[in-house]
Amino acid sequence: MTTMPISLTAPLSLEKTRSLIAGDKVLITGTIYTARDAAHRRLIELIEKGGELPFELTGQIIYYVGPTPASPGRATGSAGPTTSSRVDRYTPLLLARGLRAVIGKGDRSPEVAAALQEHGAVYLAAVGGAGALLAERIRVAEVVAWPELGTEAVHRFEVSDFPAIVVMDSQGGNLYTSGRKKYRQSR
Amino acid sequence: MREIDVSEVTALVSRLYQEANFNLPPDVVAALESALKLEESPLGREVLETLLKNAEIAARDRVPLCQDTGLATVFAVVGQEVCFTGGSFTQAVDAGVAKAWRDGYLRASVVSSPCHDRANTGDNTPAMLHTELVAGDGVRITVLPKGAGSENMSRLAMLKPAEGIAGLVDFVVDTVEKAGGNPCPPIFLGVGVGGSMDRAALLSKLALLRPAGSPNPDERLARLELEIRDSVNALGIGPGGFGGSITCLGVALEEYPCHIASLPVAVNIQCNSARRATGSI
Repeated sequence: MTTMPISLTAPLSLEKTRSLIAGDKVLITGTIYTARDAAHRRLIELIEKGGELPFELTGQIIYYVGPTPASPGRATGSAGPTTSSRVDRYTPLLLARGLRAVIGKGDRSPEVAAALQEHGAVYLAAVGGAGALLAERIRVAEVVAWPELGTEAVHRFEVSDFPAIVVMDSQGGNLYTSGRKKYRQSR
Repeated sequence: MREIDVSEVTALVSRLYQEANFNLPPDVVAALESALKLEESPLGREVLETLLKNAEIAARDRVPLCQDTGLATVFAVVGQEVCFTGGSFTQAVDAGVAKAWRDGYLRASVVSSPCHDRANTGDNTPAMLHTELVAGDGVRITVLPKGAGSENMSRLAMLKPAEGIAGLVDFVVDTVEKAGGNPCPPIFLGVGVGGSMDRAALLSKLALLRPAGSPNPDERLARLELEIRDSVNALGIGPGGFGGSITCLGVALEEYPCHIASLPVAVNIQCNSARRATGSI
């Protein structure tokens, strides 16, 4: 048996993210924002120029996703996680600005791991390949910045019980590393 | 000579691409179900259950299995007695892709100029079209929506013949180890051995068209496929990359004659959402 999931309400408090441990299952309810490579580049440019961001970063969760277009009657189309490492170079600055959790899939750089520890933040993974199931947990989807980026625009999602797993915590724990070690067999 | 209007090609490609994005092939579902029985990690089993549930939801609601509805890879096997009428075959394939993406609410994921502008083409064209001429007067088309998460982790090596099978297995295992959780494990592996650099890459993709659970007819190659699968599963990456005993659901290896000085090896990783569909005209 695995443990019961922990309910999280977004945006998140520092106390909450610091209490999460790699391997914890979470269910997120509240507001989260989406950003992929192109939107990250623009966010960083805005920060460097001192401009106003499309949303307040403090306590926020960014989900790395580019959903399929919503068919009639749906909030969004398929919406599973994309590979996180493509935004590794941008993540430490966003964490320094108060971003408290990110959702994606796959390994992160040592710089991201260090920034998570420094700022008490967490890296969460959603199940890659489960975009149809995850979309059911997104009640409202709205483009809040850069609609010209299409699927890569920044969306605001209202989610209910959105399932994810803590992969990297604020203490240096890493489920990808520990999980692989546990099940690795010598060849 | 059999005349086929290219509008039939457009209609078939459009239908297949929508079918592929909403319906996980039965052999892939069966492979996930088998993995569920074998997986030792409780979290790994939950990931597999999630993926099976996802396939049910996608088919029921006609929501794409994955948000990355892929680069439109198309394999066309065309009988040489066929005469296409009413326009260009290649353009008809692209028109089918554009129609599928529009009608099926699929995600436009192609940029026109990778070096500079990276502007979205808007309709997911052009297709990556591979056409093979064969005897006869039929047309068989297979579509493979290929996501970038797994494609980006794929690799090719021009090994020395002296590195042999051990070198080949090491290269494949190293490729999967470096990929970790990125390509959405549990994965399938298409391995192309031999030919030239380009032929090895094409073989590795063609290998992914073979149904899960059907070994190479050559017994020695079938044993090699199992050896690679077991070596990859020993890595412990597991479903979702969270650790577990099942990283790879199947290996399909295809070989082809090559130069006396060469041992080309291409590894095409396919994600758990191993979508494909085939139809004929």
